[in-house]
Amino acid sequence: MVWDWLPFYFPLLVHGLYITLLLLVFSVVIGFTLAIPVGLVQVTGPWPLRYLARGFCTFIRGTPLLIQIWLLYYGVGSIFPMIGLAFPTFKEHFMWLIRLDAFYYALLAFTLSFAGYEGEVMRGAFLGVPKGELEAARAFAMSPWKVLTRIWFPRAVRQVLPTLAGETISQLKSTPLAFTIPIMDLMGVTSRIRQDTFLTYEPLLFLAFVYICLTFLITRAFGYFENLVPTRR
Amino acid sequence: MSFSLLSFGNTGYGDELFWGAVRTVEIAVFAYAFGISLGLCGAMGKLSGGRWIKNILEGYTTLVRAVPELVLILLLYYAGTDGLNKILMSIGFQPIVLNGLVAAVFVLGFVQGAYSTEVLRAAIQAVPIGQIEAAKAYGMSPFLRFRRIVLPAMLPYAIPGLANLWLNITKDSALISAVGFTELALATKQAAGVSKQYLMFYLVTAMIYLSITLFSNQIFGWLERRVRRGQQKLA
Repeated sequence: MVWDWLPFYFPLLVHGLYITLLLLVFSVVIGFTLAIPVGLVQVTGPWPLRYLARGFCTFIRGTPLLIQIWLLYYGVGSIFPMIGLAFPTFKEHFMWLIRLDAFYYALLAFTLSFAGYEGEVMRGAFLGVPKGELEAARAFAMSPWKVLTRIWFPRAVRQVLPTLAGETISQLKSTPLAFTIPIMDLMGVTSRIRQDTFLTYEPLLFLAFVYICLTFLITRAFGYFENLVPTRR
Repeated sequence: MSFSLLSFGNTGYGDELFWGAVRTVEIAVFAYAFGISLGLCGAMGKLSGGRWIKNILEGYTTLVRAVPELVLILLLYYAGTDGLNKILMSIGFQPIVLNGLVAAVFVLGFVQGAYSTEVLRAAIQAVPIGQIEAAKAYGMSPFLRFRRIVLPAMLPYAIPGLANLWLNITKDSALISAVGFTELALATKQAAGVSKQYLMFYLVTAMIYLSITLFSNQIFGWLERRVRRGQQKLA
């Protein structure tokens, strides 16, 4: 076991950790926000939206995340330069889109993936709220929006909270996939260390250790938040 | 978009994708079988093993489930082939280059084993203890007890979890491309890179994976209805 590379690469690893956490936090927060309408329209939306949301969830859950990332980065990402070649005005105004950093593609892929998985969970949670409570709310002449914000959504979210920890950990465990498009997240830094130092296991072992610590921290953090929510037993 | 690129033969990539998909299903099937066998042993050990066996299995399931699959696959692939060659050299054999398919199946199955251990353990625990005690009272041998009582009674609890694991492994098999084994994902990457038709190839591959998933859903739905026959319908 050789560990003398660790002090030299430590700043780079810290930056990689920062990128990984950035990907995780933003994809979970934005993805969960997206999952709410995705789940809701599957329960109560008009049929075009309902089928769209259902198709979205099926696609996300039925294809590997790796393919989704490549589809967005290499596939969709290759369209913009082509449009830029065809329409010079597009190139003028949307240069940022053509030169978009790989990080944003990864963030988009992770966000959509989380929204797909969590949208399905939210659908079940919205369905799981007792009908009587919604009818009572309507009997109080609450507007549909008020029913949603006061009764339906808070009750659904409480059901989802325990599964959210597991989903976040799965999401954390998918973040290393980002290194397959050039991103210097923890995995990207690790594979660079492996190329530079010709070490096979040590960087990977260190990476595994960091992920175990992160998993432990997330479990504890969610446990803390779950304790804050009063439950009747 | 030019769909002639999807044709079979020298000019198109249809055959490459087709064989890639066959490889993917092959890896998934073998790794799944290997994982379930490991999981069955693991669940048995966790439920009725001694203290040491229980601790070792607890470590196995906890560690494997806490580390990202991609990292585990890289670690196990390099460590596994390297370790095997070291053992072979120490007993006087030539080092071998491990068949990519065998390595992929072993690595994915090892990861899958940890997850299926938990699924099967929970399913076995859900079987009412009285039924197992009754089987013991009839003097059934442990094997007969498992075949006649535990297995049929636990399957309704295990099938949904096992179906999830199957879907996971078909998708996780794409990660094997990271160690350079040509299955569907890597075949697509190569085809897309050569032809520059990234969007089309990745969409086609996504559809292939999606159809594998949807087809599997049908099979598992049928299987679940079959093992649940005679049971009360769930809500």
